[in-house]
Amino acid sequence: MTERGSIIYLEAVTVDFDGFKALCNLNFIVNYHELRVVIGPNGAGKTTLLDVISGKVKPVSGRVIFGKDQDLLPMREHEIATLGIGRKFQTPSVYGNLTVWENLDLSLKRVSKGVFATLWAKSTPAEIERTQSVLATIGLSEKRGVRAGALSHGEKQWLEIGMVLLQDPALLLVDEPVAGMTDQETEQTGQLLQSLADKHAIIVIEHDMEFVRQIARTVTVLHEGTVLCEGPVEQIQADPRVVEIYLGRKKEKEAHAAAR
Amino acid sequence: MTDDERARGLGVTASEVNHHMQDRERGEGLSFWLVGFFLLIALPLLNVLPGQDSWLHVSDFTLNLFGKFLAFAILALGLDLIWGYTGILSLGHGVFFGLGAYAIGMNMMLSIGTESVYGSSLPDFMVWNQVKELPLFWKPFYNPWFAVAAAILVPTIFAALFGFLAFRSRIKGVYFSIITQALALSAWLVFNRNETNLGGTNGLTDFKTLLGFRLSEPGTQRGLYVATVLVLGAAYLLCRWITRSRTGKVLVAIRDSEQRVLFSGYSPATYKLFVFVVSAALAGLAGALYVPQVGIITPAQIGVLPSIEMVIWVAVGGRGTLVGAVLGAVGVNLGRSILTNHFPELWPFFLGGLFIAVVLLFPDGFIGLIRKIRGGQSWFHKPVVTAER
Repeated sequence: MTERGSIIYLEAVTVDFDGFKALCNLNFIVNYHELRVVIGPNGAGKTTLLDVISGKVKPVSGRVIFGKDQDLLPMREHEIATLGIGRKFQTPSVYGNLTVWENLDLSLKRVSKGVFATLWAKSTPAEIERTQSVLATIGLSEKRGVRAGALSHGEKQWLEIGMVLLQDPALLLVDEPVAGMTDQETEQTGQLLQSLADKHAIIVIEHDMEFVRQIARTVTVLHEGTVLCEGPVEQIQADPRVVEIYLGRKKEKEAHAAAR
Repeated sequence: MTDDERARGLGVTASEVNHHMQDRERGEGLSFWLVGFFLLIALPLLNVLPGQDSWLHVSDFTLNLFGKFLAFAILALGLDLIWGYTGILSLGHGVFFGLGAYAIGMNMMLSIGTESVYGSSLPDFMVWNQVKELPLFWKPFYNPWFAVAAAILVPTIFAALFGFLAFRSRIKGVYFSIITQALALSAWLVFNRNETNLGGTNGLTDFKTLLGFRLSEPGTQRGLYVATVLVLGAAYLLCRWITRSRTGKVLVAIRDSEQRVLFSGYSPATYKLFVFVVSAALAGLAGALYVPQVGIITPAQIGVLPSIEMVIWVAVGGRGTLVGAVLGAVGVNLGRSILTNHFPELWPFFLGGLFIAVVLLFPDGFIGLIRKIRGGQSWFHKPVVTAER
């Protein structure tokens, strides 16, 4: 891709849940080929941010622009997905009663995903090849015939990442990919995401600071629905405001500083 | 992993999967033709050829009874599509069944002509209710082919409207079930009213002919039976085609994780609408085949209770397997026939007990039980609903 500038652009976005402002006048920009990590304490609005981009939640005010000038606000979720925004959920959501292969096959980007086109559709050799290559990327080639419900937690997470990859999204939204993973799985997931960042813009939400250090280039810190600060990971970690919102009280901040 | 290793790994698993699939499909094809032969040829022949006293003789009554069960099986297939595969529990399929049944019933009512009790060209209940002129919406039903078309199209269109509103508003889960149950109740109320001009509580009955054939002739009933078997076969093939297509996989995917389907670029609402409409059309067809074989249709057969019973057929047979839906519809109704003959007061308890047993002991129904016993080596459809639900 040769596109320049922002792939996603949020301006003055406010989300109101019956009086609770989950996002408050939020400005947020991610450029093409960027891997952005979003952190912040519980309730900061991280998942709501992804909900707004993927169309699950509609803001009361503000603008959400995809690419050059595609307004996302009037669109429904599946239309946004078709545009090229893929989303990986926090808890693995795969189709437990279908095989790994069928899970991937359904997720493939196709010209039409309407009922009747799908009724008659057969996979083309190119589609099969592409599915096989993603199967290898996520390391599940041996398990292609296994029911997805029988996979381990980590494997399900990878399967879902694979499913999102097959949508060939320009922008990938990933919500806490390593929650509940073993250290080794976390490391592999980090490598996977980094290798994907060449081709796709990625927004990752994460709690695990170790993991953030492994993958992050630029970090955005959300706090109470707005951006608190943004910058390289070292700078963010050193920022006293960040430490404070994470730890709450000054004493703990000092203790933290002493421990380092 | 090198490409070579990958190819080898894929090759082995792929051929194993294919082999398994072919085996299963061949077994299924064989049993389809065996059962088809038995129902379509053997049973009617045993009705016609052996003498009345022969132990091989199948009586007119029995054949007629099976015709009724097989009509129910058509409905069960549709219900299984939406509940077993897509995970949407409809408690209102009696309504679609009723719309189909009433459409054919209206034609048969009109074809009674002056043979009726009161000797009027109007249906008896209209004379009774002092309706002087045939209501406008009855008139097209003089044409039997209009009635046949209406038996399929009216439930289809009605389901399309209802489903469009419900699915577009993202009504799902138990809320959808409750709304469809309310639909069954309101349909029951509307059909019960004399002012609706559909016979009120007594419904439509006293039919004489269909398409010029006298319903009292065993030959006519035999023809209806054969027609039912053929339609059931076609319905089964249709459902099998749908469930094996990619659309069928999307349906299962909606059941497993609707959110994932939505964010993969599919519109779940459209898929749900599709499967709801198909199952309503099948229910209408079932009603159309049922009413001339049974000779009566009343609101009591389309309300809340019968709609729940339909769900029980599918649950008992094994939801998520087409064979299970058919077996459940035939099996439960056969059981009902036998039990109500000998111990009429026990049937409700038996039905309730059966449902509790299915929920608690064998959630995958009869087919699931068989699969468990055979250790998963069954050639039946793989049940897509597991005990987790």
